[in-house]
Amino acid sequence: MKLNQLSISEAKIGLKNKQFSSQELVEACLQQISRYNSKFNVFLKMNDQALKEAEKSDISRPFGGIPIAVKDNFLTLGLTTTASADLLSGYRPQYESTVTARLKSAGAIIIGKTNMDAWAHGSSTETSDFGPTLNPWDATRLPGGSSGGSAAAVAADMCLGAIGSETAGSIRQPASWCSVTGFKPTYGRTSRYGVIAMASSTDSPGPMTKTVADSALMLSVIAGQDPFDATSSPEPVLDYVKNMKTLTKRKFAIGFPKEYLEVLEPEIKPLIIAAIEKLEALGHSVKETSLIHPKYSIGVYTILQRSEVSSNLARFDGIRFGKDRTAFGQEAKRRIMLGTYTLSVGLYDQYYRKAQQVRTLIINDFNRAFSQFDLIINPPTPGPALKIGATRNQPMFGELQDILAEPSSIAGLPGISLPCGFVNGLPVGFGLIAPQFHEPDILAVSHAFQQTTDYHLQKPIL
Amino acid sequence: MITYEPVIGFEIHVELKTLSKMFCGCPADHFGKPPNSQTCPVCLGLPGALPVPNAKAIDWCLKLGLALGCQVNLHSKFDRKNYFYPDLPKGYQISQYDQPFCHSGHLALLSGKNIRITRVHMEEDTAKMQHTEINGEKLSLIDFNRSGVPLVEVVTEPDFSSSDEAVEFLKEIQVIVRDLDISTADMEKGSMRLEANISMRPQGQTKLPEYKVEIKNVNSFRFIKKSMDFEQSRQTQLLNSGVSPVQETRGFNESKGETVSQRRKEQAHDYRYFPEPDIPPFVFSPHYIESIRRTLPKLSSVNRQELSDTYGLSTANAYIICSDHKMYTYFIHLASTMPDKTKYISDFIINKRYGEKFPETPEKLLALINESQNSFQIDPKILSEKVSNILSQYPQAVSDYQSGKIQARSYLIGQVKKSLGNVETAQISMIIKELYG
Repeated sequence: MKLNQLSISEAKIGLKNKQFSSQELVEACLQQISRYNSKFNVFLKMNDQALKEAEKSDISRPFGGIPIAVKDNFLTLGLTTTASADLLSGYRPQYESTVTARLKSAGAIIIGKTNMDAWAHGSSTETSDFGPTLNPWDATRLPGGSSGGSAAAVAADMCLGAIGSETAGSIRQPASWCSVTGFKPTYGRTSRYGVIAMASSTDSPGPMTKTVADSALMLSVIAGQDPFDATSSPEPVLDYVKNMKTLTKRKFAIGFPKEYLEVLEPEIKPLIIAAIEKLEALGHSVKETSLIHPKYSIGVYTILQRSEVSSNLARFDGIRFGKDRTAFGQEAKRRIMLGTYTLSVGLYDQYYRKAQQVRTLIINDFNRAFSQFDLIINPPTPGPALKIGATRNQPMFGELQDILAEPSSIAGLPGISLPCGFVNGLPVGFGLIAPQFHEPDILAVSHAFQQTTDYHLQKPIL
Repeated sequence: MITYEPVIGFEIHVELKTLSKMFCGCPADHFGKPPNSQTCPVCLGLPGALPVPNAKAIDWCLKLGLALGCQVNLHSKFDRKNYFYPDLPKGYQISQYDQPFCHSGHLALLSGKNIRITRVHMEEDTAKMQHTEINGEKLSLIDFNRSGVPLVEVVTEPDFSSSDEAVEFLKEIQVIVRDLDISTADMEKGSMRLEANISMRPQGQTKLPEYKVEIKNVNSFRFIKKSMDFEQSRQTQLLNSGVSPVQETRGFNESKGETVSQRRKEQAHDYRYFPEPDIPPFVFSPHYIESIRRTLPKLSSVNRQELSDTYGLSTANAYIICSDHKMYTYFIHLASTMPDKTKYISDFIINKRYGEKFPETPEKLLALINESQNSFQIDPKILSEKVSNILSQYPQAVSDYQSGKIQARSYLIGQVKKSLGNVETAQISMIIKELYG
């Protein structure tokens, strides 16, 4: 096995035992990137200091010497940050995002910034102003998005782990399409400070890794209240690895909403059912249940997200930084127009307020379900990766793709996507969601699942 | 001909003197600082920056609301007010829309008329534009030091029916803000800013007129009164000639003493308000509100009442003494030592212009007063007669004095002193005032 193929947990052991150095790890990743980046278009910007940082790394720290990739909407000092938007091309951040600052102080080495849908507006990475990223499992297909670059970087072993961010599906959907583990924490569990805002009320930074254990490791570093983010939670941060392992023996009550099954494409249903049977075999109780049909979340999510986007992008007015507003791409313009409309006088009640009311109903519905179940099965996507070009003339592509991620996202719940098999050589993802701040429960069940399956260990032929 | 009366309402912005800005740690005191020396990602509106509310500023906003007899919304939140202007780096101002911290207050004028206060809410100040020419090139510069400074906005109902009422109210708001010690409320430095909404309606009509004119950017009580008076006559003239004044924003040209049209308001601006998703909503317990209420100091208005009731001071003297808390405590100390001489003491403090040159302690002043009293053995009644006799010889100077010439007053005092010797100036001055107005 090559060093760049290692998981973070494996690399930590190797570094500790002096089997290899951090420079060797970084070097292996850089080699992989130099071989395949031109084909898959994963990285927008490389950190030319990575090897020097590796040389000085302190491996006694939690992420000491570990090379990771970061989605390009996280501000990073010394590395241009664009959110894959031409308007911000060449933008040099004046400060560091909290998430990357925490990773850096834990010793991580950011090797580069990954491609994404421009401004995180999409679920394909095809709307990037710098060209689409291709799926490492099938270069004719999309990696998903908006954290498509981070998912592809992990899948193609260009790094040991990556940071993504999810508004509704942006971690879980590309994780599913690229066969990596993607973890979306509870809203407010990870700080949004220094993340170029998409929809402020749902944006959640999270790990994209090769294993559940690695996600737990990364979450332990990035989670926690941030004095610079008023929506970050004071809930104490756990040692997620330890909690995950302790809870592995516990038997959980797991619900499976029949409405979610309805949305799945027929070809992936058997894989999801097999995963459910696996959970039962592990001793968990899985029962069918009913939730508000996810199709109602599409409208709610679209209105809230467009409204917030129209306001969040107002600062890019061409006065202080970036290019002027004509540099906004088609998708951003569409979203600004729609969001401006849904917030307008006379329409606000009809759209924004109504959407907030339905959001409350969805939250209440989850609360009801979680009074019966510890966890709920939530496959992240209806089907496997689509062909390049699938988003053409599909202004609602993302919202339809993310139908299964939207309910839990607008409720601020934590959720995971983990590999559960392949159809026609394309990866399929399985998923779980939990009540807010019940990250350890998801991690425990998912970890046990990976202990007895090997889907997550399979590698694409690049 | 129809007689018109003005309908006036106010929006008053007060910059709080908290140490830090509303949503970041930058210093809030921006006056006279080098441009853009007090900024950070938050108040510059850089990508990814998030607002974190200043708890002290919110407490102070609640304080002002409570001092103005408002009710507090126990459930409150911030909202985004979206509009484009170069001094607004985020493209929206964080303000409060439908759940302001405080609402439904009132403040009584001396006449007993109650002015209703619609709301007292919290928002952030904008940056400052400077239009200038550098090397022959016309430039608009932006100074972000003011961006994000805490602003409290007090909005009144259109309850004023004269510019005098309005100015009395505005001055009282300034006094209250200073009593609470939450702002310098300095108009010249822009830490208290006024916006008048004024229109005219036929006397006796209760319905509001269909238009209103907003007067903006006036930074003194004198000019705000002048601008209102100018508007009254301008609008009345228009109405009398059958023209309805246009709904617009006007500024005030100080040298001409006229208001000038700045911006037509075709219709209400659509600010696309929505709840600020970056700041969780607030829930205040009644207990918390009471704890804020307990920190309210005794207001000047209460002190004034006390000075009139207990010490028999004139409204004018009570007002002056209470305008400065140190002067007030100074007076109270002296007055309680010499309860029979309160009028004399108040005149003394006011005429001698209470200030830094005053003796540090009231005791020292007492000695001073006693000393000056030695030179003052004449009964006020006798003095009054004598002054009257003396000054009857100077009819021209008296008439000059009555027409407002300040030099005439000094001349008259001089004449009295010449004939009566070392009599306390303040006393003579007062008697002259009593005799000749």
